[in-house]
This record gives sequence, structure tokens and C-alpha cells, in this order.
Amino acid sequence: MEPLGWGQIFAQVVAQFLPVWVALLILFALSIRFKRRLALYGKLFDSVMGMCGFFLVMFWLFTALFAQGVELGGATLIPSIATFDPLAQIAAMKNKVPGTFIPDSETTAYLLGGDNLGRDVFSRMVVGAQKVMSIAPAATAFAFMVGVTLGLPAGYFGGRFDTILSFVANLVLAFPVILLFYLLVTPEIRKAGTEIPIWLGNTWTTSIPNILAAVLFLFPVAFFVILWNSRFHTQPGKRTLLIVLTVLLGLWGYSGLAFNADPLGLFGMSPNLLNVFVSVVFVNSPTVFRIVRGITLDIQTRDYVAAAQTRGEGPWYIMLWEILPNARGPLIVDFCLRIGYTTILLGTLGFFGLGVSPESPDWGSTINDGRKLLSIYPHPALPPAIALMSLVLGLNLLADGLREESLKD
Amino acid sequence: MGLFLLKRLGVMALTAMVLTFVVFFLTNLQPNLEKVAKFQGNQRMTDAEVVSWIEKNGYGGPVVLRYAEWLGVYPGWRRVEEDGRIRGKCVKPGMEPEDIPRFCGLLQGDLGYSIVAKDEVVDIIGKRLAASGVLMFWVMIVMVPMALLVGVLAGMREGSRTDRSLSTFAIVTTATPEYISGVVLVVVFASSVVGLKWFKGSAASAVNDGVTFDNFTLPVLTMALYGMGYIARMTRASMAEVMTAQYIRTARLKGVSFRQIVLKHALRNALIAPFTVIMLQFPWLLTGVVIVETLFNYKGFGWVLVLSAGNNDIDMLIACSMAAVVVVLLTQLISDIGYVYLNPRIRIS
Repeated sequence: MEPLGWGQIFAQVVAQFLPVWVALLILFALSIRFKRRLALYGKLFDSVMGMCGFFLVMFWLFTALFAQGVELGGATLIPSIATFDPLAQIAAMKNKVPGTFIPDSETTAYLLGGDNLGRDVFSRMVVGAQKVMSIAPAATAFAFMVGVTLGLPAGYFGGRFDTILSFVANLVLAFPVILLFYLLVTPEIRKAGTEIPIWLGNTWTTSIPNILAAVLFLFPVAFFVILWNSRFHTQPGKRTLLIVLTVLLGLWGYSGLAFNADPLGLFGMSPNLLNVFVSVVFVNSPTVFRIVRGITLDIQTRDYVAAAQTRGEGPWYIMLWEILPNARGPLIVDFCLRIGYTTILLGTLGFFGLGVSPESPDWGSTINDGRKLLSIYPHPALPPAIALMSLVLGLNLLADGLREESLKD
Repeated sequence: MGLFLLKRLGVMALTAMVLTFVVFFLTNLQPNLEKVAKFQGNQRMTDAEVVSWIEKNGYGGPVVLRYAEWLGVYPGWRRVEEDGRIRGKCVKPGMEPEDIPRFCGLLQGDLGYSIVAKDEVVDIIGKRLAASGVLMFWVMIVMVPMALLVGVLAGMREGSRTDRSLSTFAIVTTATPEYISGVVLVVVFASSVVGLKWFKGSAASAVNDGVTFDNFTLPVLTMALYGMGYIARMTRASMAEVMTAQYIRTARLKGVSFRQIVLKHALRNALIAPFTVIMLQFPWLLTGVVIVETLFNYKGFGWVLVLSAGNNDIDMLIACSMAAVVVVLLTQLISDIGYVYLNPRIRIS
């Protein structure tokens, strides 16, 4: 059987993404229709660059959501984008060019060819989007929680607290990222430490990633508790309700994510993933800390802060409800850029084979696998490379669009 | 100024010490030492043998003391074997027992022994750093003028078509990390698929045979492309800001030609901010060096780092991190001092 031509391959790939196109169409139609009522998000649709960026980002987000289809009660709601199991190997398909039909079939082909183990390049790329999209935004959000919770008081109070934290932040930033990853993301480091029994018969190893997780994952809970307390401490009923809810939810997630011992079994991360996740958060938070600290130093001198101080508001109220909302512009822009940077970092980790299982379809390791036979078979390495690039490009354009639109005010 | 420098150097020394200790601690975790033992001895050692190997080869005892040994402020370990030979940290082959120094560490200029390369770390790291220096030099030569040109051209007429297209180009390059642009460049310019076999896809020959257009273009281009986008965007922002300044308007009203305004009035002030950015690119070039050297098989600093990290070559790894940290801190210092010299409005108090 002759392989498919490039035109047919292109048509089939586009058709395979049908659920994504439909979702994008609905999203864009609704957003443009109501853009005047949607504040900054709506304004994004006034800038072509911002819209292009948003399109690329949402494209990969929807791809990640629908990669393996959506099923509800046995019925397929949305068909899967991936055409094959990303881990399944067909020996006859090793390094086959794009559009080659699988043996004994005249209808199904490896759309973008097979890799050196005979796996479908297209499906691996699509499922790889899931890996990136599930880690990068979450890790960035955690880094922001840590950076904001520490950066605000460092900038606001200054003094010795600031000196020490800034020193530590600079310390982490002086490390070349790669070296830090080589030291922090290893199977050995996950083994180092003693096992101690915790609740429900689970055990917890006192290894460095686990300790880091236990510390870093506390920040979101602390952040929201302080946030509610500073705002509603004059309304004890509301405050207590919010704080109890936050603590309950927070500790539930915390027990699962940091200790892998969620009593309900909903939250949890494999030690591998936890190691990567924690390292990425750890590397990103000092930069966020420095940005937040800088903005706080700047905003602190404004009149509305002085007004709040004269009113007798507490320092945390001023930091979280006066300074933080006014710093949102640069922070949102940096958030977008940082997701892109985290995506690149995750790719780098995959590229060096750190913290990922050897079969993993994430883009970095697929590129690394593909580059060994690059000069003969370039097709396994190019699709994940283009995918990663377009996602990061989308995030950069989105950040630029947001920056431009927020400056227009 | 003198006091400022002294203070900065003090902070730098403290930072370097803390960082090297962190690396020392991480590489000396028990499972890592077991890995070293199995690498050095044999793979099928029992747990008891591993423990005794670690003890016998100077890896036992508290980490702080061994870090002091590495620094050279605590006597190196020494042990007399059953056959009367003396082994120890400071013992080099062919040394008489009375010649063995008491201290041998960083302060004595001894960085230890690489278990992978089977050689003194000082010798290897110097050679590899020099090789990476050559790479970095060429990257800078290509990247900085290109980035400044793009930034200035884009920033001198904000919002024009030149600005739009150059800015997009800059964004695209920042969105393409080295491991992607490298792969794409190799496919296009070095593989048999496209057929343009202009350059080599490997820079391995550059270490011994010298740098040629053939083996160095692709690695240099890969790194320069990723780095230039950021500098170009900073230059553009700074140029655009300067172009709206009052003195530029005055010059324009006086009837000075646009060309003269850009070259004589705007450029000097617009290049202050990018200078800092360029200096701060160095740490981040180090990461790029690791990726590019792995990708193009160039035996420099990054290549050694990957090799020693993979085998937990403790002495080598610490030396690498120390070199990296010193480079980072020095560039930070230079960028601070240079900024003050370039911008007379800022004076250190």
C-alpha cells in the first residue's frame, strides 16, 4: 500500500482535531460577541497579536483536554484526537515515513509516521500536550503563591526579613538551572532519607523533594487564610466560615499532594512527577519573589497606601487588598511568560531524560529520542518540536497582547 | 566605591561557599555514595561491602568535616593499608610518605580527582572551560550586534511595519529553545533529507582541529538565536522610550535629520539598559551551553557537567558548579559597575 500524500495527511490531521476546532469556534464567537463586558480578557480581542496568542494557547489546552476523548457513562461524548495508543509499538512501523498504513489495514495510517520503536508520532505529540498542560500552569501557579506570599512582606516591611529572603532568592538564581535539576531530579535523591509512618498506614520518606513539597505546598493554604482573615476580620462569622473551608480543602489537597496519602484518594502524584513539579516550583519562585518585591517597593509609596495606613488598616490588608490588586497587570503578563518558560524547562528536563519514565510521550523526551536518528529520519523529532514552539510562542504573544491592552488604560 | 566593591565581594564569597556546600551535600547523600561505590568497585557489591567501601575511601564521617577537607581547612583523610601503603585524599601516585601534604583543598588549589576521567579536576575543568569560552565568544560576537541592530531598527519607529515584523521575529526566537532550534537547524542544514549539506551536525572536531565555519556555524547560531530575542526586545523598549524623550523632540524641531538623531542622540542613551541585560545573559548562556554541547557533541564545560552529573562524579560536579557560580556572580558584579559608569545619573551611596 502506498503511503498517503502530503495533502491527504494534512487533511486527515486537520480532521482529527475537529473537537478542538469546534471548541475554539464556540469560545471565540462568544468572547468576541461579549468582549465589551469582559474587562481585560475582552480587550484581548482588540489586538491581533493577543488573539493569535490566545488561539495557540487554547488550541493546545483543548487538545490536552480532548486528547484521548471524553467518555461519560460508556458513551463517547467527544472522539479521541489521538489515533493510536501513544505507548503501543508496531514492529513493522519503525521509522516509517508519515502517512504509512499500518500492516493489514487500508484505512488507518500513522499520520506523522512511526518513531524508532514503531509508535505513532502523531498520537504521542497529542498526548504529550496533556503532560505539559497538566504540569506547567499548575507549577507556575504554585510558584506565584510562594513568590507573592514572601515577596509582599519582604517589600513592605523591608529590614532583616527582606535581606535574608533576598539573599536566599539570589542564591537559588545564581545556580545554573540545569545543574540544579541534575542534582534535584534523580532517583537517588528520592531514596535518601528515612521512612516514617503517617496516617492510614501510609509512609513518608524524608527525602529532599518530599520536604520541599511539604514546605512549598503549604503556601497556597497560608496565602488564602491570610487573605480571608485580613479582609473579613471585622465580620467573624464570614471569616471563620471562609477560613474553615479553605483549611479543610487545603489540607485535603495538601495530604494528597505533599504526602501522597489522601484519605479519599483523589489527589496524588507519583514520586517521579512530584520531584519534577517541586523542582520547577522551586526554580521559579525566587524570580516571582523578586518581581513582587520590586512592585511592592514601588506601589508602597502611593497615596492610597498612605490613606489605608491612616485608616488604621493592618499591614496584611494593605499588602493583599491594596497593593496586590494594583500589581495585577505586570503579574498577569509575567504569569503567561512564566508558563512558557516552565514549558521550556519541562522540555529541557525531558531532553536530558530527568524525572520522566523512558516511555513518556512528553515533548522534551520525544525530541531527545528523535534527535539520535535526525539526519536520516527527521519526522519523529519535528512534530513535538513544532508543538512546543507554537505553545510557547502563543504564551509570549498572549503576554504581549495583555501588556499592550493593559497599558492602554 | 571601594567599600561597595569589598561588600559585594564578601557577599559573593559567602554565596559561593553556601552554594558549593549545597552541591557537596546533595552529591554526598547516601544513595549517591552507594552509586559511586558501585561505579568504582563493582556492580554486585553487597550492602555491607558498600558501607565498608564508603568508609575506606574517605566518604564516611560528617559532611561538614569532609566539606572542610575539600575547602582545605581540615586535614585530608589518610589511611594505612594492610600492605603498608598510605592512601588518602592528598596522596598522589608516586609520592613519598613524608612529602604528603596535610591539607589539600580549594585553598591549596587542589580540586580533587575525577573518577570518570581518571585525572585531576583542575586540569580538566580548565581545558573544558576554555573550550566553552571559545563557543561563548563566538555566540556573543554573533548575538550582540544582531540583537542590537534588530532592537534599534524596531524601536526607532514604534508601531511601523519594520517594528511589527522585527518584534514578531524576536518573539519567535525567544519561543524557540535551543533543543528545538538546534534540531530544526540540523534537519535543514546538515541532514540528507533536505539536501542542503552546508554545515556539519556535530562540533566534535572543533576541540582538536580548531574552529571552522563548517563545524561551528550551527551551534553558534542555535545559541545566538534563542538569546538574541530577549536582548532585542529590551533594546527595542529602551530605544522606543528614548525616542519619545524631550531632547529628541528638540533635536527634531531644530531640523536635525532622522539619521543623525538616531545615531548621535538616541543610540547612546538607548544602549544603557541592554548592557545590563547582555551581562545578565551569561548565567543563562551557561544553560544554553549545556544543551548545545550535548546536542552537537562539543566537549566543553556543559558536556563535562552532563557526564559528571550522570555518574555522580563528586569532585568534578562541585568544581563545575563552582565555576558556574563564579561566572554568574562576576557578571552580576560587572553589570552593576558598568551600569554606574554608563549612567552618570546613578551613583552608589
